[in-house]
Amino acid sequence: MSNQIKVEVASICQVAPTIREFTLEAIDDALYPFSPGAHVVVEMPNKKKVYKNAYSLLSDPTDTQRYRIAVRLQDASRGGSIYMHEQVKVGDQLLISPPSNLFSPLWHAKKHVMLAGGVGVTPFMSYIPEMIRRDADFELHYMYRSLQTGAYKHELSEQLGDKYFDYDSDRQTRCDVTALLSQQPLGTHIYICGPDSLIQAVEEAAQTLGLPASVIHSEEFAAPKPGMPFVAEIKSTGQQVDVSAEDSLLEALEASDISIPNLCRGGVCGQCVCTVVEGEIDHRDQYLSDEEKAAGNTIMPCVSRAAGERLVLDI
Amino acid sequence: MRVAPKEVETFRDDFTYSNSPEAIKRFPFPFPEDEYRYSVNMEPHTPKGGEGSAYEHFLDIDEHYLSEMAERKLVLDEMPHRCLAMEHMELACWDMLERLMTSLAQDYSDYFKLTIEGDQWTWENKLLNIHDTFTFGDSSTLPQSPLEYIGCQVQGDFALLDQRDGDLFLDAGMITCPADWSLAFDAGMSFKEWHGPVPMAHNEGIFERALKYLTAMQVGSPIRRLNWTLTVNARMDTSPETYHEWGHERTSVTPENVGEKVYLRVEMQVMDRMPRSNALMFIIRTYLISLEDLATNPEWARRMHRTMKTLPAPLIEYKGLSRYHSMVVDYLAQFDPAN
Repeated sequence: MSNQIKVEVASICQVAPTIREFTLEAIDDALYPFSPGAHVVVEMPNKKKVYKNAYSLLSDPTDTQRYRIAVRLQDASRGGSIYMHEQVKVGDQLLISPPSNLFSPLWHAKKHVMLAGGVGVTPFMSYIPEMIRRDADFELHYMYRSLQTGAYKHELSEQLGDKYFDYDSDRQTRCDVTALLSQQPLGTHIYICGPDSLIQAVEEAAQTLGLPASVIHSEEFAAPKPGMPFVAEIKSTGQQVDVSAEDSLLEALEASDISIPNLCRGGVCGQCVCTVVEGEIDHRDQYLSDEEKAAGNTIMPCVSRAAGERLVLDI
Repeated sequence: MRVAPKEVETFRDDFTYSNSPEAIKRFPFPFPEDEYRYSVNMEPHTPKGGEGSAYEHFLDIDEHYLSEMAERKLVLDEMPHRCLAMEHMELACWDMLERLMTSLAQDYSDYFKLTIEGDQWTWENKLLNIHDTFTFGDSSTLPQSPLEYIGCQVQGDFALLDQRDGDLFLDAGMITCPADWSLAFDAGMSFKEWHGPVPMAHNEGIFERALKYLTAMQVGSPIRRLNWTLTVNARMDTSPETYHEWGHERTSVTPENVGEKVYLRVEMQVMDRMPRSNALMFIIRTYLISLEDLATNPEWARRMHRTMKTLPAPLIEYKGLSRYHSMVVDYLAQFDPAN
């Protein structure tokens, strides 16, 4: 992408046992201001292959001198988060996309309730300064495991006072999501960023309580996880593309010079959707609805894979 | 060469508006082929056509600048609700002000100057004799709302679309020269709602594709498209609010006056992602040219004839051309030897 921005890693710090924070500074021009909840796609120039992962910006959106991101070392990483943790040093240069936003607060909400799971606290770090500027009514509920995550908990607690609630499952404190949602006044919007299990638990509680789906917002970038190798066949040309265990389908297509429009590369934005005419799909994205997943004729190649040995794509 | 702003001409009453030969030459002619085809025709809004072209800069300031700013003031004095911003669009309005001021100061440094010292901004517009210092983000330090303040200094209409739930909502704007639509009526509508009246395109999935494309637009990569209609007399404000003033003029077209009375009205529509608010700015920059002036370019006249001749009936109706479309086709036929 020609509109990428070159940045320099100005500092790195460990903000939780498995989370590192990177401060990125502009090299040429000033950086764009951004909107709360925005992310950038960071390109990691690894020797064997280039990783591209989306990370939420956690600095104050009005700061155009630097961006901050936080990267959690993933248990099932194919290399992206390992690369960020082990290879990237202060003074290195990286390419990032301009900020995009798929998880913006809805400013007409009467109240904002944010639910963060682990490193999922990051987009809310950019919500909070703007919420305070606008004098919005909000609460942050932060769930983490202090042996692994829990970045920024002290500064958030200090800054937010009685708007801050934390739950450390390594110390057996848990959030009763149903009770939390049932207390909220009409007009409250709920934002969830964290593991799929948290998103599902909140969505189920909301459904049970009769809250409309339109007030529940979530974002989880799924860095593509490895799987079994398979073959993707291109219907229009008959071309066979081998997808290795470590590569995503999107990466394998790109390596074969088949370009697919894409933005977040994390199963959220919906840009890379492809039609499948044959083969079972292992859906791993946040974008397609349950009905679309069950229909089995569309795939998000950035994160999802074949459930079997072969997929035929209508491209 | 670049066209400098000339003195004020009118878009109403005595209609003194006119295009210089240079303005005719740089007119953004909208028809890329001989037959009419429905298309979204979007392209990156990057410079093309070289110095003086309507596509040279992000914003096009041309010889009609003072006339259009005077016309806008007349409209707003009479109907202040032609400029509106819902409460949650405040930051988007500042985004717009920043984008317009920085690009004007960069591209037209003879006319505009912006000095930024922290959040203290000083803005100078030499064409309109404006010189103000204000605090960025604090509306109380400007003489008007940020949207009205900057909107009254730039040619074109402006809409700010809030993005939420994967859709776009028309929640702010300044619309004083619309091609028969009303901001007050459309305010708060979603993308598909405000496009509801457009014929033919709904079945072809055009709006789904356009919405998907627009919601994914990134900061720093604006796009443009041209849209067109015909207008009787050089009237900028063809709004539903003033229909009683211009609707009847459609009956005044005759085979004798069609060349001077009917204008091709082209909108250069620019869409740009706003960084601070994630809103989408939608600029509708309107150009008017009489058929007579257009016909000074034989290739344009020939192509326009073929396009008008093949225009589908639902579009003739939607664009409000029914009463005089055949006169336009007959007039243009003289420039098309193969007709």
